[in-house]
Amino acid sequence: MEHVGLSVTVAQNSPFPLDVAFDCGPDDVLAVFGPSGSGKTTLLRCIAGLHRAARSHVVCNGEVWADSGTGLHVPTHRRRVGFVFQDYGLFPHLSALGNVMAALGGQAAGQRQTVASRWLAAVHLTGLESRRPDSLSGGQRQRVALARALARDPQVLLLDEPFGAIDRALRGRLHGALDEVRRQLRVPVLLVTHDFRDVVRLATHVLLLEGGRCPAAGPIEEVTSRADLPWERYGVSAGSVFDARVVSVDRARGLAELTSSAGTLLVPQAGLHADATVRVRVPARDVILATCRPDGLSLHNILPAHVLEVGPPGHQVVVRLQAGTGQLLAEVTGDAVDRLQVRPGRPLFALVKSVSIEVHGPGDA
Amino acid sequence: MDIVALRVSLVLAAATVTVLLPLGIWAGHALAIRTFRGKALVEALVAVPLILPPTVLGFYLLVTFGARSPLGGAFEAVFGQTLAFSFAGLLVASVIVNVPFVVQPIQRAFESIPQEVREAAACCGLTPLQRFVRIEIPLAWPGILTAAILAFAHTLGEFGVVLMVGGNIPGETRTLSIAIYDRMQAFDDRSAGIMAATLLVLALATLSATTWLGRPSRSRGPL
Repeated sequence: MEHVGLSVTVAQNSPFPLDVAFDCGPDDVLAVFGPSGSGKTTLLRCIAGLHRAARSHVVCNGEVWADSGTGLHVPTHRRRVGFVFQDYGLFPHLSALGNVMAALGGQAAGQRQTVASRWLAAVHLTGLESRRPDSLSGGQRQRVALARALARDPQVLLLDEPFGAIDRALRGRLHGALDEVRRQLRVPVLLVTHDFRDVVRLATHVLLLEGGRCPAAGPIEEVTSRADLPWERYGVSAGSVFDARVVSVDRARGLAELTSSAGTLLVPQAGLHADATVRVRVPARDVILATCRPDGLSLHNILPAHVLEVGPPGHQVVVRLQAGTGQLLAEVTGDAVDRLQVRPGRPLFALVKSVSIEVHGPGDA
Repeated sequence: MDIVALRVSLVLAAATVTVLLPLGIWAGHALAIRTFRGKALVEALVAVPLILPPTVLGFYLLVTFGARSPLGGAFEAVFGQTLAFSFAGLLVASVIVNVPFVVQPIQRAFESIPQEVREAAACCGLTPLQRFVRIEIPLAWPGILTAAILAFAHTLGEFGVVLMVGGNIPGETRTLSIAIYDRMQAFDDRSAGIMAATLLVLALATLSATTWLGRPSRSRGPL
């Protein structure tokens, strides 16, 4: 059976250590998350063939791109990769259309222009075809780079900090554009970022990278529910991320009802549309534990749960809970752990303020 | 005004640029993107005509061109004339003197292309030759034009090496700058003045062309 997707093993000791191995399926968006200097960009460059690590094995859809064992190294221009560079790497002497057309080398000359215009339309840049990169805004350049990467008809899409230089409002729109395009294109997407918002919004899988090593990798629900990871050190507050479906929206009360693996959640997001799928993040700090179902609270979300794991002891302790078929993290004081006798198997109630639940997806602000 | 000398000067300058430009593009590109052992030495050799006295260069060229040297002997055997004191010898000398004026601006131009742009071109599926022709040459074009203009202008003005290697043969090796010296020796100030003014105007014109081409332009060509 032919292996579909991307399979990567990369290891080197110099110029800096890197030792990572992972697989990425055709429907996956793998976020490579870590501080700067952790080797994220180098990892992407190895896949594109722009960097040769001492030991590497890269297979894409059954095609071997690199194998240090046999000395095989397919040159970059013969690997079908769509690469969006950190500074976009647009060709300054070509128009937006010319930039996209440059990636359409395999097509007949007459067809290139039509296809390129279509890709620019797909990233909402119709009307700007003849503009040079220096007369486009940062967000527009980013979209030209994305259109160019997609026009290559890539077998893997590599995005290196694509939202790095973009302000927050625009970021939301670009997240949407990327999400839209990705659904039409069944290729593995690798997204390098040091901003966890990108991870929460777009990733299906996460690969943490720290000093060239990978302390955790897997589906986003799994990785973000781990109590043993030093989230603080990654500059992220602990909190589980999962998908939820909008069941109903009560505009009069300003509330939306979501259903998720962790149970039913009420969130103050009247802008959502019924039946939409959204990404939810429940910050561990905002989860309160109770031994019995409390009464007379303003709180909407009271989820029956039991303890799976208690994180490393300290003043603050992260507790992993099973709620429904999903998992939640709660960050409580060491004192609370003692008082409530929090230990694996203990049934509890997880209380979550509806305003503290982060909702990302179509229709979010 | 020595029209014949002006013609020799212009032909020499054009021939120098024609010979040197392809070489300069190849060398400048290689020096810009490659790292190899002895690169610093190669760069020093490229720059050496800038600081070496023309007489030193002329001396070594004459030794190399002489009938007793392998190069000079071979040339004489094939063409029946000496390489020294001929237009061909003058052209070889002019090419060597102009190496830094051509290679350095072209090398800088290729160096100023961001690495990301080159890599993006590779990711677009462009082969090394396609990247060179479609991306790198157009982006380095102002530098290449500057190199051509500098070499042209510098050849018009070269004096020392021309005198050493070419001598002063009318119609063959007497360039305009030699003719000016010649006229001054003969106290023909008027002729010398006209020719000096001609060279001055040519120099000003070429240098302003370089400045104009060096300016970043927003509107040159459609795509």
